[in-house]
Amino acid sequence: MRLLQTVSKLAWRNLWRNHRRTIIMVGAITLGVWAMIFMTALIRGMVDNMITDGLRALPGHVQVHHPAFRDDPSVENLIGVSDAEIRRRFESTDIESWASRVKVPAVITSERESRGIVLFGIDPAREVGISFVADDMSDGRFLEDESDSGIVIGAKLADTLETEVGKRVVLMSQDPDNEVADRGFRVVGLFDASLDAFEETMVFAGKETLQRMLKIGDAVSEVAVQGDDYRDVTALTDEVRQLFSGNEEVLPWAELDSYLGSMLDVMDGFVLVWMVVIFMALSFGLVNTLVMAVFERVREIGLMMALGMRPGSILAQIVVESILLLLVGLLFGNLIAYASIEPLKTGIDVSIVAEGMEMMGVSTVLYPKMMLKDVLLANAVVLVLGFLASLSPAWRASRYEPIEAITKV
Amino acid sequence: MNAVQCVDICKTYLQGDQEIKALDHVSIDIAEGGFVCLSAPSGGGKTTLLNAIGGLDIPDSGEVYVGGERIDNLSKGDLADLRLAKIGFVFQAYNLIPVLTARENVEFVMQVQGVSANARRQKSMAILQEVGLEGLEDRRPAEMSGGQQQRVAVARAIVSNPELVLADEPTANLDSRTSSELMDLFTELNETHATTFVVATHDKRVMAYAKRLIKMLDGRIVDDIQQKAA
Repeated sequence: MRLLQTVSKLAWRNLWRNHRRTIIMVGAITLGVWAMIFMTALIRGMVDNMITDGLRALPGHVQVHHPAFRDDPSVENLIGVSDAEIRRRFESTDIESWASRVKVPAVITSERESRGIVLFGIDPAREVGISFVADDMSDGRFLEDESDSGIVIGAKLADTLETEVGKRVVLMSQDPDNEVADRGFRVVGLFDASLDAFEETMVFAGKETLQRMLKIGDAVSEVAVQGDDYRDVTALTDEVRQLFSGNEEVLPWAELDSYLGSMLDVMDGFVLVWMVVIFMALSFGLVNTLVMAVFERVREIGLMMALGMRPGSILAQIVVESILLLLVGLLFGNLIAYASIEPLKTGIDVSIVAEGMEMMGVSTVLYPKMMLKDVLLANAVVLVLGFLASLSPAWRASRYEPIEAITKV
Repeated sequence: MNAVQCVDICKTYLQGDQEIKALDHVSIDIAEGGFVCLSAPSGGGKTTLLNAIGGLDIPDSGEVYVGGERIDNLSKGDLADLRLAKIGFVFQAYNLIPVLTARENVEFVMQVQGVSANARRQKSMAILQEVGLEGLEDRRPAEMSGGQQQRVAVARAIVSNPELVLADEPTANLDSRTSSELMDLFTELNETHATTFVVATHDKRVMAYAKRLIKMLDGRIVDDIQQKAA
């Protein structure tokens, strides 16, 4: 312990012998750590946006369907439990945020155009906090209840159909007998979505109204359940599975949308690679600094060995010097990263590259997300790899022959 | 018991194509509490012998004992431990650690030995007073004269009461007055602490302080004289 104190004191003072070199190196580490954390926060924010937007369009962290629904999302594959029974089952749990829906492929026709869409029959009261539509109305109103006779469509779809609030359109789908089921609806509201694709393909009607149109009685196609954190839905999925006793397909969002699900894993890997790449660039400077520091102090190292310091302690001194350098850089890097991310939490407008972002399924406002695990990972990468990088110069220093080192000019 | 015993040690260096015999079958015994000067012209082998005794250099053949323990076959780590426990060094070029103050330089060996902070402080302050550096304990080497630095080096060498102090040309960079003061200090420490001193020098004034003068030439001992110290 005392030896560690000696080694640490020497390492710290040696570090500041060449102020300029140390400051430059600390600056480089600070910049590298900042880049690691800041860029990771941007990436996390982007992925978070993608997943959150995707989940709001699904929507729900866990969904219940007829086992064949995902292959054939038609009115024939409805959940085998009535809507009333579903409500009774959920009311027996502490799950509060859930919604049952009718969801069918349909065609919407105005007096000028027709488009294929996904038609949702919803209970507006239950969709609060699950679906995005009620929060993003650009014109008109949202559905008032599940027997509302109007429909809400996306603003982009309204443009395509050359229709507007107050006009009538026809929705056409199939009933369980494979007969055409159609009905005229008045457009009561237009919604905006972060992605154009949502505005162009999603149409919302009252659940009861749609059940009547499709002649499916009290049946629904889907139950969406919302948890607290989309990253951890295992317990929620298990609880919902128990409610449906294995007769229906209960899947978490990551399995329902494997592209979206894989984003998390891909991004975790990308973040690690990104951090390691930045560190690799940093490590050249770090190793150079340590090699120079060792080279300049060959005589002193020889002297310390002559006075009785073991080679292991010499190695420890150089490694501690490296760790101290890294810690100073990490301290500033973390502080600057926090200081630069915090003011941007209200969002960064990237609409200048909106088209490219849209193609990636990302909205035009990025919200950087600084996660503790990413900060810890960045710090761990710098410390662990920094430690490894310092071993070579430290090993060289500890291998000096004292008499050769002490007489070195 | 002998503080130092060298038995038939040889050491050869290559200088270009030329083979230099730095030590040529040297055998000496130095008694505990002795004050010995190794005298030789440059290249005579005195520093090589001093380094062999201090475990800083390993002879090609022969045996070296310090305090009765054979040291020429010890590992690098064990040699470091031996130097830490038994030997104090004073070098020609002072060789202080520039980032440490005078007191911290003196404390360095004790710190590596694991002596407590209080004990270190007490001992280092006392020894700095003994070598006449009271009031300069917080100065770094760059803020002290050559003589003061060498006194710090001496204080560092003796503070942990080593059995043996090896000094290589300790007065080479000092003026005559400071040299005399340093040698007076060596003599006093030799007498009061019974520490064995082996001093390599070619300064005749320094040789006069020794109880025993060993003269070397071309890596061999050519004369071994008991003398009355000045």
